Amino acid sequence: MVSVRQAVRAWAVEMKFSLVDQTKLVTAASELARNTLIHGGGGSARLEALEDGGRQGIRLIFEDQGPGIEDVKLALTDGYTTGHGLGLGLSGSRRLVNEFEITTSPGEGTRVAVTKWK
Amino acid sequence: MASPDSSILPAVVRDHQREILQQWIAEQSSGSNARSDLLSDAELRQQSSEFLQLFREAVQAGNLGNVMGTEWQGVRELLATVSKANAIRGFTPIDTATFVLSLKRPLFQQLTTDAGSDADLLARETWTVTTVLDSLALFTTEVFQRSREEVISRQQQELMELSTPVVKLWDGILAVPLIGTLDSARTQVVMESLLQRIVDTEAGIAIIDIAGVPTVDTLVAQHLIKTVAAARLMGAECIISGIRPQIAQTIVHLGVELVGAVTKATLADAILYALRQSGWSVSRGRS
Repeated sequence: MVSVRQAVRAWAVEMKFSLVDQTKLVTAASELARNTLIHGGGGSARLEALEDGGRQGIRLIFEDQGPGIEDVKLALTDGYTTGHGLGLGLSGSRRLVNEFEITTSPGEGTRVAVTKWK
Repeated sequence: MASPDSSILPAVVRDHQREILQQWIAEQSSGSNARSDLLSDAELRQQSSEFLQLFREAVQAGNLGNVMGTEWQGVRELLATVSKANAIRGFTPIDTATFVLSLKRPLFQQLTTDAGSDADLLARETWTVTTVLDSLALFTTEVFQRSREEVISRQQQELMELSTPVVKLWDGILAVPLIGTLDSARTQVVMESLLQRIVDTEAGIAIIDIAGVPTVDTLVAQHLIKTVAAARLMGAECIISGIRPQIAQTIVHLGVELVGAVTKATLADAILYALRQSGWSVSRGRS
């Protein structure tokens, strides 16, 4: 988790994101990496640098082979948690980024892709 | 003629100790793994001769099947010392294991000479020597790893203690400057030492400064909330300071509410607030 955070921060700094955006992205990465680790039983994190008509962005993709999420809508509700946390990780990180995409089905693992544009 | 069960190894090692030692040292200093940069010839000779002497004694004692037995105590102790010393000098675990394994060739040569034409005996003795030396070589690796783990766990403990300095700022005012990543174990230590200091100093106000925490995510926030709640139960008010603008925005977007605590942007603000809360007034004296 620490290495994910450091990598994301390094990329965000290199791509000259503002301090606020850096912090938001790193925090989102921290939340999603923890979900992958705790609920997904470990998985992979991938960073992509994006360029689209002059604007730059970073996409983070977290994938795991865990049990998946049964009710995505419920999981994205503030305060809903299956663990002992605050229940704000998934919903909170959606608010920290520009694009948020989640693909999951029970038993098939979960893939979360988030994008932050500069 | 030896009976089928008895091993000629003890006799071989006893009668040819000097030849074996010489060949072994030659083997070690000529091999591709020779580390004359790290170990002088004299030291190598000393180490090898000590090992062979203990090896001989252990072999005489007879328990060739189990190098973890008491007969091998001396050999194991020596190897543990060598392994630790090697780790400090910059040898790799491979170097240390090779030290033991390189004894195979001299021993095999001597066994071949002594076994004569008895192929069965030679095969059996070779197997015995291989098993014993392999186990000893594995043992050195294990010791190496264990000594590394000891270093790591000691460093972890030191880090843990370093990370929780609860300082007394004023009568009844404590401060904890948090630095680095807050995980559950560290938060637990922070919480415990803070609560203990609240009792010890009869403090009414505790300032938790998070200026040194790089990322405040929901888990960190939850840890903070719990610490604040515990301190409140003990009658102490908590102030969370050092909230940088970017952290403030992130916390808002996450939807986290730091309930029960007064929050301030800087430690200075927090100190001023704490002094006022406890009835002190701060003014600049005439100079």
